[in-house]
Amino acid sequence: MEKSELKELKLFAANLRKNILTAVYSGKSGHPGGSLSIADTLTYLYNKVMNIDPKNPNDPDRDRLVLSKGHTSPALYGILAELGYFPKEELTKFRHIGSFLQGHPDMKGVPGVDMSTGSLGQGLSAACGMAISAKVTGSDFKVYAILGDGEIQEGQIWEAAMFAAAKNLDNLVAIIDNNDLQIDGRLRDVNSPYPINEKFEAFGWHVIDAVAHDFDSLASAFAEVEENRGKGKPIAIVQCSIKGKCVSYMEDRAEWHGNAPNKEQYEQGISELDQLIKEIEEE
Amino acid sequence: MADVIKKATRESYGEALAELGAVNDKIIVFDADLSGSTKTSVFKKAFPDRFFNVGIAEANMMSIGAGAATTGLIPFCSTFAMFAAGRGFEQIRNSIGYPHLNVKIAATHAGLSVGEDGASHQCNEDISLMRVIPGMTVISPSDDTTTKAAIKAAAEYYGPVYIRLGRMAVPVIYNPDELDYKIGKGIVAAEGDDVTIVATGIMVSSALEASKQLKEEGISARVIDIHTIKPLDKDLILKAAKETGKIVTVEEHSIIGGLGSAISEFLSEEYPIPVIKIGVNDVFGESGPGAEVLKKYGLSVENIIDKVKLAVAK
Repeated sequence: MEKSELKELKLFAANLRKNILTAVYSGKSGHPGGSLSIADTLTYLYNKVMNIDPKNPNDPDRDRLVLSKGHTSPALYGILAELGYFPKEELTKFRHIGSFLQGHPDMKGVPGVDMSTGSLGQGLSAACGMAISAKVTGSDFKVYAILGDGEIQEGQIWEAAMFAAAKNLDNLVAIIDNNDLQIDGRLRDVNSPYPINEKFEAFGWHVIDAVAHDFDSLASAFAEVEENRGKGKPIAIVQCSIKGKCVSYMEDRAEWHGNAPNKEQYEQGISELDQLIKEIEEE
Repeated sequence: MADVIKKATRESYGEALAELGAVNDKIIVFDADLSGSTKTSVFKKAFPDRFFNVGIAEANMMSIGAGAATTGLIPFCSTFAMFAAGRGFEQIRNSIGYPHLNVKIAATHAGLSVGEDGASHQCNEDISLMRVIPGMTVISPSDDTTTKAAIKAAAEYYGPVYIRLGRMAVPVIYNPDELDYKIGKGIVAAEGDDVTIVATGIMVSSALEASKQLKEEGISARVIDIHTIKPLDKDLILKAAKETGKIVTVEEHSIIGGLGSAISEFLSEEYPIPVIKIGVNDVFGESGPGAEVLKKYGLSVENIIDKVKLAVAK
């Protein structure tokens, strides 16, 4: 990847992370850990992969994104605000009475949200419904679903995985965010979903590995996605990620799954991200 | 007396769906390995490219329907009522109801009249479960004519709709040329002044038979067919309450949470009068021929007549 392009992506992701912290801090509740772990992936998807137009959020031909791990709404709201779907100031009203930025994504209220999610395990099925509709109507839009690694403990994920392969939904990409933590701790200590890759392969998916916090790795993963379009198989990207990435005290800590930072912690996080932005600019 | 024509409402559904498919290419149908029983097989045969069998995965089917609806298609999702409203409840609530998506859930094999399959398959709870979801329309047709009208009306209406259908053949009540069908508007199926029987689904024909027999004994029982339980036709119920002073509700559903509850909830605030509820009395059913199971659990013409007499005597 070109250095300038890389720099641009890194800056975008750092600003997105600031949006995430601001939303969760303002709401005094929310899920920062898993939002930060998907910040780079969302950055790459919305800037480099998806066919979208913030000025025309209901374009029937747009690509769709279903945030199946809906509790990480701060990341989705953060990127939609960054792209201009709605004013950034709205992020400070996250989880407030009367705000359209509900705790979990509400497609009726937020421009750019393609599916209401929040109850784990349902988003991949909804994405299947969108993907099969594209096949029925001859549309060529693509559908992306972002799943939590803990979320795949839900049985419905595997009902959807079976369906997607059986119906040859090669216009569907599932991204499994493998930060290895859920509310109660390490995945293997709660109820291991491992090995993830082999499970999706056994269900008939083309599986790609990626490192979530490395744009070159994401670029090659999405290049492999495009090479495998039209081959009759749904595609899964299993990305290894770090919960709380780029905020030192949150990194790889389960307790930051669903807790908001206090004022001091918020300011520390923002200052770390400002420092990161400075370093990227000086690169 | 002319022979009574009988037909299961699921049969009417299959035919109506296929007719609809021919004129509306936005109709897409999902079934969960029961297309031969739910009769979506009729649509499948006519429009194989717009029919998808999701296999035995009802929760998945509901969320898939939701996703399909976001793209502008009109999905019909079908399975037995037990697995649609029961197993799929949370998916219907969160993926369909909360975003108010245009999904039609056509659930067959509702209630005790499923018969031989027994209590595990006799869903007497679906009206209750669907009714509490904000924005959900709940329809329970009584015969072939109202089922066909309901399917057409549901497709023309934007929003989530639950349509409750039966397995057992039931009398055709209405002439399609004379039926003025509107979602949310009940039908006065028989006139009467002493008491009103408010019935829904397959119990409407039994209510009509009861009304006929009661007439011979000098009791004039109005029969209202509430084919849409939500939104409830409050004007029609209020009028009947005021004019007849007594109401008996009849439904092939638990007396908790269904039609009887809906009527009681409304009248207790608007015009409190005695409401006697006939339905499944908070028990599970059992195996047996549908008509016999209905009779054993109180859903017979005889029991309706007894309860109406009780109401009139009050």
